Amino acid sequence: MSMTLLERMITIGMVVLGTMMTRFIPFIVFPSGRPTPTYIRYLGKVLPSAALGLLVVYSIKDVKFLSGNHGVPELISIVLVALLHIWKRNMFLSIASGTLVYMFLIQFLF
Amino acid sequence: MMNKNELQLAFRAAFPSTIPILAGFLFLGIAYGIFMNVSGFGAGYTFLMSLLIFAGSMEFVAVNLLLGAFNPLGALFLTLMVNARHLFYGISMLEKYRGTGLKKIYLIFGLCDESFSINYTANIPHGVNKGWFMLFVTLLNHSYWVLGASIGGLFGSLVQVNMEGLEFVMTALFVVIFIEQWMKETAHHSALLGLGLSILCLFIFNSGNFVIPSMIIIVFVLTLMRKQLEKKTGERTCQ
Repeated sequence: MSMTLLERMITIGMVVLGTMMTRFIPFIVFPSGRPTPTYIRYLGKVLPSAALGLLVVYSIKDVKFLSGNHGVPELISIVLVALLHIWKRNMFLSIASGTLVYMFLIQFLF
Repeated sequence: MMNKNELQLAFRAAFPSTIPILAGFLFLGIAYGIFMNVSGFGAGYTFLMSLLIFAGSMEFVAVNLLLGAFNPLGALFLTLMVNARHLFYGISMLEKYRGTGLKKIYLIFGLCDESFSINYTANIPHGVNKGWFMLFVTLLNHSYWVLGASIGGLFGSLVQVNMEGLEFVMTALFVVIFIEQWMKETAHHSALLGLGLSILCLFIFNSGNFVIPSMIIIVFVLTLMRKQLEKKTGERTCQ
């Protein structure tokens, strides 16, 4: 069943191609030389906030919320990061504290 | 032309904003290198894949593709699905990447989750060249990832410290960036839609399938709300 070297290289090449397509297509379809349609400019303005929200959810997508520990360590740590950041607005403090608390929670408590 | 001082200035401004990624990517990269190693791929593969693909989650998926039956079209379509969220980043960066010359090609090549979130929200100091700032952010992220993956591939079996949970550093980073963006904007409709619709889709579809439906519904709702939102976001700061 194992692939040959050439088959492996083609498979890796396909993954590279697919990734590059998802990154380059917007820039190829809407080149900077021509004016971007107003609808796309609108999307460019409103999408980032939505994309960042999607990214937060994407980064915890494999947490089992309906079984196991129900994502409690993740939720506690996220709330801590958010509160700390709103309070102190110090990126390093928020990220480092949240991560250390999360590591403690899953290594010792859950 | 850029002189050495201007490059140094851009680098010094860019580096601090990438430090959380340094921690996250070294850790995830090492984990990836170990995973590759355990799956029977040498450090050469790990180095090549981390250098050329530079899309964390897809590289883990690619290991499974390499272990399965040869199916190049299947690999291509799976990649398009897993990485479809990059389309959002591209549309968001159309304006910011404008006028960056040849650097733009590398900026687009390296437009991963982390490069997008930092470059989109960064408050680039006055007098610092924006193109070089974004290039250094992307290049540093890329280097951390390749470095971590290579360390994992070469020495992964020697790591003994219990680092379980360190991967949360990426979630923490995204939460912080989400809040930063929230504080900058005057209307929060889009942020709430992105968060809410993604959570909804995650529960309706499973974790492997929720991104595309989320994206379609987000674009659909944002399109319906265009008239209303264009008024509200008109004054939004766009640096």
